[in-house]
Amino acid sequence: MTVSELHRYTLANGLRVVLAPDTTSPVVGVSVHYDVGFRSEPEGRTGFAHLFEHLMFQGSESLEKLAHFRHVQSSGGTFNGSTHPDYTDYFEVLPSAALERALFLEADRMRAPKITEENLKNQIDVVKEEIRLNVLNRPYGGFPWITLPPVLYKTFPNAHNGYGGFEDLEQASVADCAAFFDTYYSPANAVLTVAGDFTVDSARELVDKHFGDVPERPRPQRPSFAEPAPDSEIRADIQDKLAPVPAVAIGYRIPDPVDDMDGYITFLVLAGVLADGDGSRLQQRMVYRDQLVTDVSAGCGMFGPFEARDPDTFTVTAMYSPEVSVDTVLATLDSELEVLAATPPSAQELAKVTARWAASLHKEHDRLVSRTLALGSFELLFGDPGLVYELPARISAVTPEAVSAAAKALRPDSRAVLTVTPAGGAE
Amino acid sequence: MSRTAEEIGRTELGPRPLPPLGEHRAATDLSYVDTVLDNGLRVVVVKQSTVPMVEVRLRVPFAGDAPLHAATAEVLAATVLTGTAKRDRVGVDTELALVGGELAASVDPEVLAVGGNALASGLDTLLEVLADALTGAVHSDDEVAGERARLIERITIAESQPAMIARKALQKHRYGDHPITREMPEAEDVAQVQAEDVRALHRAAVLPRGSVLVLVGDVEPATAVAAATAALAGWSSDKAAVALPPLPDLTPGELKLVDRPGAVQSQFRLSAQSIVRTDPRYPALQLANLAFGGFFSSRLVENIREDKGYTYHARSYFEFTPDGATLMVETDTASDVTAGALLEIRYELGKLGVTPPTETEVETVREYAIGSLLIATSSQGGLASQIAALAMLGLGVDYLLGQPDRLKAVTAEQVAEVAREFFAPSRFTGVIVGDAATLGPVRALGGVTFP
Repeated sequence: MTVSELHRYTLANGLRVVLAPDTTSPVVGVSVHYDVGFRSEPEGRTGFAHLFEHLMFQGSESLEKLAHFRHVQSSGGTFNGSTHPDYTDYFEVLPSAALERALFLEADRMRAPKITEENLKNQIDVVKEEIRLNVLNRPYGGFPWITLPPVLYKTFPNAHNGYGGFEDLEQASVADCAAFFDTYYSPANAVLTVAGDFTVDSARELVDKHFGDVPERPRPQRPSFAEPAPDSEIRADIQDKLAPVPAVAIGYRIPDPVDDMDGYITFLVLAGVLADGDGSRLQQRMVYRDQLVTDVSAGCGMFGPFEARDPDTFTVTAMYSPEVSVDTVLATLDSELEVLAATPPSAQELAKVTARWAASLHKEHDRLVSRTLALGSFELLFGDPGLVYELPARISAVTPEAVSAAAKALRPDSRAVLTVTPAGGAE
Repeated sequence: MSRTAEEIGRTELGPRPLPPLGEHRAATDLSYVDTVLDNGLRVVVVKQSTVPMVEVRLRVPFAGDAPLHAATAEVLAATVLTGTAKRDRVGVDTELALVGGELAASVDPEVLAVGGNALASGLDTLLEVLADALTGAVHSDDEVAGERARLIERITIAESQPAMIARKALQKHRYGDHPITREMPEAEDVAQVQAEDVRALHRAAVLPRGSVLVLVGDVEPATAVAAATAALAGWSSDKAAVALPPLPDLTPGELKLVDRPGAVQSQFRLSAQSIVRTDPRYPALQLANLAFGGFFSSRLVENIREDKGYTYHARSYFEFTPDGATLMVETDTASDVTAGALLEIRYELGKLGVTPPTETEVETVREYAIGSLLIATSSQGGLASQIAALAMLGLGVDYLLGQPDRLKAVTAEQVAEVAREFFAPSRFTGVIVGDAATLGPVRALGGVTFP
């Protein structure tokens, strides 16, 4: 794996900085990860972390509304932000000549965002449209990231809808925003990452210049979101008027990636053995041999692996034909897991998974935006951006016996099963 | 202890000036080969060694006007990588996986596309698996039957998505029953496809002459061309792959309202005739489009999203076909603001001609166009896809490299001129998909045909 030289340090105000120079292309990526996601939003304020992410683009002391977008884009760059269970990220990718601008823009909103009634109201409308587009107006909206957690988890932080309910979004006030910013958007609660075309000395100087005087505020105590795994199989069903065929998502609990990264990675390899590629076990059995399902996939995390701290979810999802019962799909999954639990996978099966992961990590590294974000989130969640480069070796170190044990741990008596049932009207 | 929003938004020092841009560094020159093999296949190889991977894109012109062409082509794409005389489906997947590789095939009314990647050390395996599929895919009865059934389910699922419903309605409204409209075949047509039809189409239409193979990655161009030549030596025919004939120009007209009872959002899909990339006016039109709705800081997005809150998503862009192009404007809005959004879209279209982009707007979109191209082509996958798209239009790497200079040469007057001509509201046609029962105010605005 191509390894960028990594430089990590912390400013006096607590801001952690990761620098990853690589001069191959004249482009640079800048990201800021704040250690707050939708698991931290209070009851009655579902969707608030995401709504607040929108507000961070609405202007700051030195930047009028719309200026952020215009400055990035008129520098030839692109930008975005996204809200995850445990963090919220903001990023720009630009020609390297615009590095200082990107740092200026991120520092200005970390120091003094302008939160107004008017912008809040406007962004509540925009977020509602986003939810209509991605959830309400389409079949399988929010499946499974919104709909599976309330089946697998009992506590509000883990179970609730991170997009939020309209009634909660409409309640959000400017005072809520101010309190949320002061609590969670402290420099000590954030990671700044700069990757791409720059020299370390000049980047350090620019980081100091722009972020050095962001006032220090305390780093909030991060609560534990731990809760026990279910002690039975919990089932739920959603009637979907727009869905033409049934779908199922099965959720299991997996090891805490912070305490037991190798244990977590074992489940990643298991997911590959089960469902990655035509030769994988579930594709062979469920799609081609028994022809029960149209598509099946398996993986760690609701948005991909390494995106959350504990508790995290292993999911298997499938779209299946209306003539097939969900119990048949589950029984087939369980029988494949039993086979794997009894007999470890072959060396070749693991070699396939390892090579595909190595390739996909190279590809991620090649896209500057994903490289920047991966370094930042690994620093934030695991305190080690270098782990990004160790992953291929850690993945290839997983043994067949460990995969077998992981398959055994996916027990039918400790999981959530969510079905989506077509409820007519889709014709 | 806690501050108010107003206190948060102010510091003692006050607002600070925006730092200037630093020194621009040019992208390093690309080392590439663009050649045509004896079998008529154009091969473009570009060395970009950011990571030890190689990306592959094969594009085979794949037009056909037989009634079941689209359905047969879709089954062909689904089965082309499922086995040959030498390897079965699992064999294909295993060989690719062991070199960190993947290949996938898809088809549209113009092109059969096979794309993928592998560790650069696995280039020979990647090419061999690809060549074997092109020359030896057996499309076995079993695989055809299985894929046919899965395709029918996938089509059913896709057809329930509002974006697909809107796309299909737009194509029909713009082009009637022209083959270009068959982006997704009808499920009942797919049900009729037999394995022998698929094998016959493969023999007749999966041809090297007129097709393009693009390789981008950590490979030496000359070596990779030699590897491709050797791997694909057995792929030959006197005939050429069939390109889609030019499309008729769009006829401007009223928007068609397509009823989707119960919908909570409306899809706008507007379209007007545009010009090809090689037209001397294209760079100016590209900038005019960016200013209109081609990026976030555009007039359309700033108006209907950031000012009015009508939408999460609004954009305008070009669609290219082999001999033409169209301009697309699209957004999705809640039912109760659909009329408001229509009014604003029409206003912005008219305004682009009447109050054309200022010097500042032109500078902004110019920088954005140049910078975003640099970013898009800085990854192997992005570069491979760009080159493959250009190659299908008969263009090459030199066109890509010349793009920044062409954009730099555009004047604000040229942008104003094309804005007036191409964005005139009277040139557009299109569809709105939504719940007609809730869209009464749209009827009052006129220019929309209700069912």
